Parts: sequence; C-alpha cells; structure tokens
Amino acid sequence: MMRPAFAILAFLAVIATGFWAYRENYQTQDALRDLRDLQSEIAALRESLSVQRAEWAYLNRPDRLRELADLNFDRLGLMPMDSSQFGHIADVSYPALAPLTPNLTDAVSVSGTEEGGDL
Amino acid sequence: MIRTPLRPLAQILHARAHGENPDSIQRENARLRNEAARDRARSRAEFRLLLLGVCFAMAFATIGARMGMLSSSVPAEPQSAASGAEVVAGRAEIVDRNGRLLATNMTTNALYAHPKIMVDPGRVASELAKIFPELDAADLARRFTDGRSFVWIRRVLSPEQLQQVHDIGDPGLLFGPREMRLYPNGRLAAHVLGGSGFGAEGVASAELIGTAGVEKALNARLSDPAQASTPLTLSLDLTIQATMAEVLGAGMAMMNAKGAAGIVMDVDTGEVLAMVSLPDFDPNDRPNPLVKGDAADSPLFNRSVQGVYELGSTFKIFATAQAMELGLVNADTLVDANAPMRWGKHLIKEFKDKNYGPLLSVRDVIVKSSNVGTAHIALMIGPERQKAFLKSLGFFEPTKVELVEAPGARPLIPPKWPEIVTITTSYGHGMSASLLHLAAAYGAIANGGVMLTPTLLKHDGPVTGTRVMRQEVAAASLSMLRGVVTEGTASLGDVPGYEVAGKTGTADKPKRTGGYYNDKVINTFASVFPASDPKYVVMVMLDEPVETSGSEPRRTAGWTSVPVAAEVIRRIAPILGLRPTVEPIPLDGLTAVSN
Repeated sequence: MMRPAFAILAFLAVIATGFWAYRENYQTQDALRDLRDLQSEIAALRESLSVQRAEWAYLNRPDRLRELADLNFDRLGLMPMDSSQFGHIADVSYPALAPLTPNLTDAVSVSGTEEGGDL
Repeated sequence: MIRTPLRPLAQILHARAHGENPDSIQRENARLRNEAARDRARSRAEFRLLLLGVCFAMAFATIGARMGMLSSSVPAEPQSAASGAEVVAGRAEIVDRNGRLLATNMTTNALYAHPKIMVDPGRVASELAKIFPELDAADLARRFTDGRSFVWIRRVLSPEQLQQVHDIGDPGLLFGPREMRLYPNGRLAAHVLGGSGFGAEGVASAELIGTAGVEKALNARLSDPAQASTPLTLSLDLTIQATMAEVLGAGMAMMNAKGAAGIVMDVDTGEVLAMVSLPDFDPNDRPNPLVKGDAADSPLFNRSVQGVYELGSTFKIFATAQAMELGLVNADTLVDANAPMRWGKHLIKEFKDKNYGPLLSVRDVIVKSSNVGTAHIALMIGPERQKAFLKSLGFFEPTKVELVEAPGARPLIPPKWPEIVTITTSYGHGMSASLLHLAAAYGAIANGGVMLTPTLLKHDGPVTGTRVMRQEVAAASLSMLRGVVTEGTASLGDVPGYEVAGKTGTADKPKRTGGYYNDKVINTFASVFPASDPKYVVMVMLDEPVETSGSEPRRTAGWTSVPVAAEVIRRIAPILGLRPTVEPIPLDGLTAVSN
C-alpha cells in the first residue's frame, strides 16, 4: 500500500530536482556570459575614458584656450588676470532693496457706507 | 563464551582410569588455545594492514587525479570574480598640482608585416609609401621580397592611418597593440617632462620607458604596476607654467635673446611651480640630440637646470648676508668702495668705470651693485668662510631636483681659492651655477634663512631645511633687495601692489677659447615677492639679450631681464591668488618732490 506511493513520490522528486539542476546550470552560464560581456564593456569604456581625458586635456591646453580667447575677444572680452581685479566685499553693489510701499493688489475690501449699513 | 577448561574432569578421570598421564591432556588443550589466539591476532593484523593500504591508495589516487586534472585542463581566469579597478594603462599618468593632465597613455597600434603570407608585396610597398611619406617604396619592396619572414614597419599608427592600412587589405600586414605616451599640452613643460620611448618591444606589447626629465628620473615609480593607477603629481602649476612660457617667449623676442629660462618657486616648501627653458621642443616628437656642436644650442637643453652660468651680481647679496651673519657689518656700515680697486695685477672696476665711493653703506653696495664694495666685504669674510657659506647654500653640489639632467649639471668651482677668487666670486664671476641653484639660495633669503631642497614633486605638510642665516639677516637682506627695485638697478621691476625685491646680474659670456665676449652677456634677475611676506621667488634669465629701443644697444639686466620678470610677476601674482598690498608711502617722499 505504502510502497508504490513512495516510489512515485521519489520518482517525481528526482524529476523535479533534475529540472531544477538543469535550470540552475543554464542560468549560471547565462550570468557568466553577461559578466564577461560587462567586463569587456567596462574595459572598453575605461579605455575610451582615458582617450577622452587625453582629448579633454588636449582641447584645454593653455595655448589653445589663449588663442580662442583672442579670437573671440569681441564677444568674450577676456583679458589676462590683473591685480586691479581684486576687490573688497564692501565694493560689491547689492541690488537695491524693494521699496517699502505696501502691496495693494490683494487688498481686502473694507470699504463700506458711511452709515455703516449693509454692504 | 564457554571457556574450555585445560583439565576437563571427565578426560582426566578417564585417563587416570587408563593409567595415562593427565598432564598431556592439559598441554594439548593449552596448545589448541594458543593456536586459536594466534589466528585471531593474525587476522586482525591483516585487516589493519589492508585498511591502511586502502587509505594510502585512496590518498595517492586523489592527489594523482587532481594533478592530472590540473595539468590537462586549460587555464582560465576565475569568471565570477568581481572586477576591481584594474588598470588599463601600464604607465602612471603625470598630473600637475591641480590634477591637470601632463602625460597620459593612449592605445594605438604598431604595424608589422609577414612577407611570407603577403599576396602582392610590390603593391603593398607602394600603397604603404603613399600612406607614410617617410617610407620608401623600393626599399620596402626589397625588404618584403628578400626572404625574411618578419618586418617592422611603424611603431605607432593614428586611427586614420590604421584604417588606410586596413583598406590595402593584404593578409601579410598585421597590427600589434601598443601603449603610446601622450603629452596633451605639447611644448609646455617639455623640459620637465622630458619624453619617453619604447624599450623592449614584442608583437603583442612594448615597454614604455622615459628618455629624459621626470619621465626618466622617476621611471621606476612610473612603471611600477602597483602604483600605475595613482598619477604622479608634480609641483608644477600648468597655468603659471603657461604664463611664464608666454611672457618669457615674448620677452625673448623683444630683447633679441638667443635663449631664456625662468623659474617660479614656492619659498616655504621649495616646490617649483614653473620651470621654463626656451627654445623648447615637443615631447610627443622629441628631436634627436645634436651630434656635433654645443649641446646648449639644442632645444633639448634645459637652461634652467642644465645650464651653468656665471650668475653675476646676483651673488652680491650672499656676501653682504654672510658679513651681517658674522656680525662684521650691518646694513648701515660704511665700506670702502673707491673704484677702481687694485688687487695684485688685477683691476676691479665698476660698471662703465663709475665710482660710487669713496665710502658706501652696505645697503647701497647692493642697491648700486658696487663690485668694489662687495670685494671689500668679501675680503673681510675671507676665502674659507666664504666657501663654507656658499657650500651651505648648495652652490658646490648639483641640485637634487627630480630630473635626470640635474646630477650632470655640476657647478663649476675654481679649483683653488686665493683671495682674488674670493673677490670675483663675491660678485658672481669665476664660479658658475645653474639658475635653479640661485632660486634655492634666494628662497633661503626669502623664507627667513632656511635652505630648502628645490623639488618638482608636490608635497603636503611642512618641510624641513637647514638654517643658513639668522632671521634678522634674511630680513635685512630682503629690505636691501627691495631697495634695488625701488631706487636701484632694477627700477623697471616694480609691480604696483606686489613689492618686488630682487637683484640684477649681468655677466659677460666666457669664450670657449678663454677670456670674455664684449657683446655677449647672460642677464639674470633674481626676484622675490611680496617683500613684506615673501611667498615666491621668480628667476628670469636671458641668454645674449640686447635691448635696442634706445640710441645705443643696452645689455644690462636692468633693461632686459627685469622688465620681463616684472611682467611675469604682474601676470602670475593674481593667478596665485595674491591680493595686491597698499604699500606705505616712503618717508622721504617730500624731499623727492622738492628736488
């Protein structure tokens, strides 16, 4: 009575674990493949990052910036730094304070008849 | 278990009844018992031996199987390990003190050929010669066809050239990956960086090695794989360096000079913020050294470190500083300055045969740059003490700066030191040193008397040096140097707000054949700013300058190096974040007006 039921259950368990092991195996291989792709992508990005850093430094070299500042002088008006450009914080002109007139746009109407009758 | 008795009563009685010896029964039983015991012991021992044998066999089988698996499996990287910050570059980058890139690496390709598998060597040779003008088609074709199986064609290719070579489409042309050193700022700081080239080369990779400058001096640090991801931080400031190079270049053109050199150094740390030598070169395409002629004429020559020159009157301040340090004089002591001065068969004269004498205060000796006054002060000090002081200022040894050229630039010291050498050395003739030596010595005066080692590496935290003069002496010397600018030979060096202090030096160039040129000079201006709280020394040197705006050509430092240095200071001081100071009005302002 018990024996065939146990055999069927064991058989099902073998099938289930086999299926699980199969899936795990392929998922692991997928993950490893993803990892490999990502790593080579990281390496490629690192390389292009270093190229871009070099290019950034090349485009920002002082000679070129100076030439560009000279070429675009009428638009930018950039001059070499000068000692007269140092100022005191007191020299900074702050924007004028808003006048102290009350704002009447949202005024609440309080007018009434002189007699104080109904509005 | 029922133990069989040795003398079973039934058998004994039976034996006795038959008149036999009952002892034989006992012996027989004892023998049987012993045999049974021996059999048991043997089988147990056999079992134990078997067990041990099986264990050993299993252990050896395991080890053997593992070794077999290891030797037959293909080596593979652990795939699931997390990737760290591994380095793409094989050689560390070089950055300036603010992290701006000075040298980096780029991946590129080398081109080589396997002529044995080449389809059409003649066509490949002519196509390659079209892409690379420096290659000769006939020569290439000869090398492709003379039976060799490997030919290097080019060490580095640009991406465009790579594509063009691909387009030739011959299977015999192959590419090898290369790391290439790139200096994005071109000529800027070329002498400091030096340059690099390929060392051991293979098809798959090539070793990058420094060929000059910092690249060679610190090659071990730069090529250390453990430190490849941390850039080497120099003390240079790219902005200051660029400004210095620009102003110096303009000054060199204006003063018709052959060469120029400039140094900016932080007086409190010895860090060199800018080091320029003109003419310069592009380290990406480093020219070959000159095979004949004067090495100093090559653009590779670093005038600020390699060039040792007689530095002229800039040395005078060392004589007066030492005399004050020894307590021989103070700033107001009057010394004999009656020119010309006769010493043995030598005649010591002033500039243009002037006479500032008969008596001059020590301060005025510096301000007016009197050779005779300095000579008398030096004679008070004496040769031995003068030598010791100059040695403590580092003038007897090559500078220890991190350039491969530095140890070779040994100052030229007179072999003997008679009193006439004492006299000439006191005003900077007879012994030669580099501009960097002078910068370090002026740094000691500027920072209150502590001699620091000039360095090209950025360092944090305080630095220690050796004290070479008292603080009061340094302060008094500084005020004399300030006097040179406000009322003396360097009046063009005044920069409003930045209290420049300095000393001019004009030295005739020595001829190779002996003696001195009349019309070739080295002009130096050694300056410190701001005088009230010195932060930086600025050295400017022009090689063979002549200023032609006046009626006759002028070759003194006051007319050539000083205005250039003033422009340098005017430009760099705001960049360095120094706020201009309002200087006190001099007390004798009223008398000046009344004159």
